[in-house]
Amino acid sequence: MHGATGATVSTSCVYAAQGLFPRMINFQHNHFELFGLQPKFHLELTELERAYRSLQSRVHPDKFVHASDAERRASMQSATQVNEAYRTLKNPLARARYLLALHHVDVQSENNTAMPPQFLLEQMEWREAVEAAEDKPDELAALALRLGREMQEQYAQVERHLDLENSHARAADSVRKLMFLERLSEEIRDALERSEA
Amino acid sequence: MALLQISEPGLSAEPHQHRLAVGIDLGTTNSLVATVRSGIAVVLNDAEGHPLLPSIVRYLPDGSTAVGYAAQRDLARDPRNTIVSVKRFMGRGLKDVAYAENCPYDFLDSPGMVQLRTCAGVKSPVEVSAQILATLRERAERSLGGELVGAVITVPAYFDDAQRQATKDAARLAGMNVLRLLNEPTAAAIAYGLDNAAEGVYAVFDLGGGTFDISILRLSKGVFEVLATNGDATLGGDDFDHRVFCWIVEQARPAPLSDEDTRLLLTEAREAKEHLTYHAEARITARLGTGELIDSTMPQKTFAEVTRTLVQKTMVPVKKALRDAGMSVEDVKGVVMVGGATRMPQIQQAVAEYFNQAPLNNLDPDKVVALGAAIQADVLAGNRAAGDDWLLLDVIPLSLGLETMGGLVERVIPRNSTIPYARAQEFTTFKDGQTAMAIHVVQGERELVSDCRSLARFELRGIPPMVAGAARIRVTFQVDADGLLSVSAREATTGVQSSIAVKPSYGLSDAQIAQMLQDSVTHSGEDAQARALNEQRVEARRMVEAVGAAIEADADLLTAAELAEIRHALDTLNAAAQGNDRSAIMLALERVNKITEPFAARRMDRSIHRALQGKKLEDMKI
Repeated sequence: MHGATGATVSTSCVYAAQGLFPRMINFQHNHFELFGLQPKFHLELTELERAYRSLQSRVHPDKFVHASDAERRASMQSATQVNEAYRTLKNPLARARYLLALHHVDVQSENNTAMPPQFLLEQMEWREAVEAAEDKPDELAALALRLGREMQEQYAQVERHLDLENSHARAADSVRKLMFLERLSEEIRDALERSEA
Repeated sequence: MALLQISEPGLSAEPHQHRLAVGIDLGTTNSLVATVRSGIAVVLNDAEGHPLLPSIVRYLPDGSTAVGYAAQRDLARDPRNTIVSVKRFMGRGLKDVAYAENCPYDFLDSPGMVQLRTCAGVKSPVEVSAQILATLRERAERSLGGELVGAVITVPAYFDDAQRQATKDAARLAGMNVLRLLNEPTAAAIAYGLDNAAEGVYAVFDLGGGTFDISILRLSKGVFEVLATNGDATLGGDDFDHRVFCWIVEQARPAPLSDEDTRLLLTEAREAKEHLTYHAEARITARLGTGELIDSTMPQKTFAEVTRTLVQKTMVPVKKALRDAGMSVEDVKGVVMVGGATRMPQIQQAVAEYFNQAPLNNLDPDKVVALGAAIQADVLAGNRAAGDDWLLLDVIPLSLGLETMGGLVERVIPRNSTIPYARAQEFTTFKDGQTAMAIHVVQGERELVSDCRSLARFELRGIPPMVAGAARIRVTFQVDADGLLSVSAREATTGVQSSIAVKPSYGLSDAQIAQMLQDSVTHSGEDAQARALNEQRVEARRMVEAVGAAIEADADLLTAAELAEIRHALDTLNAAAQGNDRSAIMLALERVNKITEPFAARRMDRSIHRALQGKKLEDMKI
């Protein structure tokens, strides 16, 4: 839901006076630069985790309990930004959207919402299948598995479009599809939760 | 001549001086304070050697209070003014309190948080909790011989913003500097992880007196990362007591219970529950105020049956937490058990079955949270060398959002986001020419505002009149490292701004806290003296009763002169206890103690003699 309204983290209070707080992050850096990573869709999770932890170890508010108010505020804003960057890069859909945004491609600009009819038809079939499986945990789990495979294929395409072909338009098409699929996956998850309760 | 150095006020001249910091587990049933001494975390005992402080506060008509065991003694006698399990009321309205009808309190449903009418006036749960915290602070400062620089106070991971804010307010009221609010399962994970050099994914199953938490963490060298947390802020050992209580009442069907009898049977129920952890059955006997005798025996099997749904209730959050963490049961390397209620065999069994492994019980479930908090307090106080510390990454337990048209919730920060965290979202006006916007902040997982907890309301005014949908209002949520939220709103085209630290509807305002602090400072000297005097009086009364009973039983062991001397000393003690002179009571007590020593020795001889003759105990009562 939050993704659909174009939320971004607040960096309204950018610390221009970077020199004042040398231990903090540079707010001019993008998420990839922050962690010292190449701006690519393909990403080694362990590398991201390592960079994330090392950065948090430096800027986290726990390290500034006895510091000045200004430094504590800078620490909170740095740690907040690092958390947001990590959350974005860790999640493949968010990462793809972020990469496209870096290339000034907005995947949900309004004149672009028309999806291929074939895809929409498939979506309707999926939804019918989920509705029919309501209260049947085994069937829901099977659907989740099938959907997972389909999403994996789409993500492989996103990686190809972004990292190899440099084709942002095609990547954006795949990302739009994935937004539907992720939503569907969430719905299956909720139904699964309900059926177990 | 060398110049003498003077350090800045408040700053230590000694750069590596050990700063006194404690961890406090402010529990529903019991509270503890711990610290790190010579590198080892230890629980600090009270003067009598008790590690636990029962989380009980009794208010007396003169405005003084008794806390802990001193309050527990009078629980059945003065239930209305003796507050137990106050944690259940923190940041809660009356409608949110489970089994309020079975609590022998005079509730006052005030906006935001329920209050309690006592003989010493209306008390908020924040004040009651502050009494417990102040008692622990005094214990720590006496034991460590200095003023504390701060404390880490633990809260259930599933506590919402209002409950966290109330806890922080209580600490401020108790005159404490809060280094951090720490989630209880996370504290336990620190204590366990460091103790066992654990690495990998662990679950912490924390069933306390009134709250249930499950946290999934990844432990790796130098980092404790909470992946997901879930729970039930209204489920705990108390509910098991309540089920046993209901069973007793159903069995015996006594006349409607008085407050005193309700409290008595709840205590009996708790004791039966504890007994059933190690025994196949528990006998419950009690004489009610009406003279009615309760005598029931509860087998372990019945106990398991009447509490089955409660055990099942713990498994729902466990599944959700695993799912949110993206983990399956097989990924979990160990399940750390925390909280006294996890001693119950049916809980142990349910956890073992679900996780397919024996749960880890090698740390004292009552102490592990306080120990973990102490270790974190030591780090935050700066007592550890850089490189020898660790990083703690925790999450918020519940989603935060805003009310939009139609009473729907727009989620702004999803649950299990690592804190500190911030998110901004844009909203717009609904009507042409709309110049103000009401911003309603809610917390919870449901779609409808009415199903979520309302945290705060505020207004953004001065939006220039525009057509509907043209204004760009950016609302920013910031959650700090304590998990506390602040919200600000800003209209993009004009820069009109409004912000709020989320606390008005549940927390206390800064002015209220300042007033309470002032009151407590003015009265603190009086309070301490009144309490000491009161304790002496209670002791005097107990002594008069005990010696009187002994004389009634064994007067023949005394000469007429001895008897007269004892009677005289008792009269003196009685008279002193009526007055306000504490040292006079103490002297009279000592005198009675001394002159009754030979009498006590003779009585002991007699009872040993009778026992050797094989007489029954009953026969010894004259």
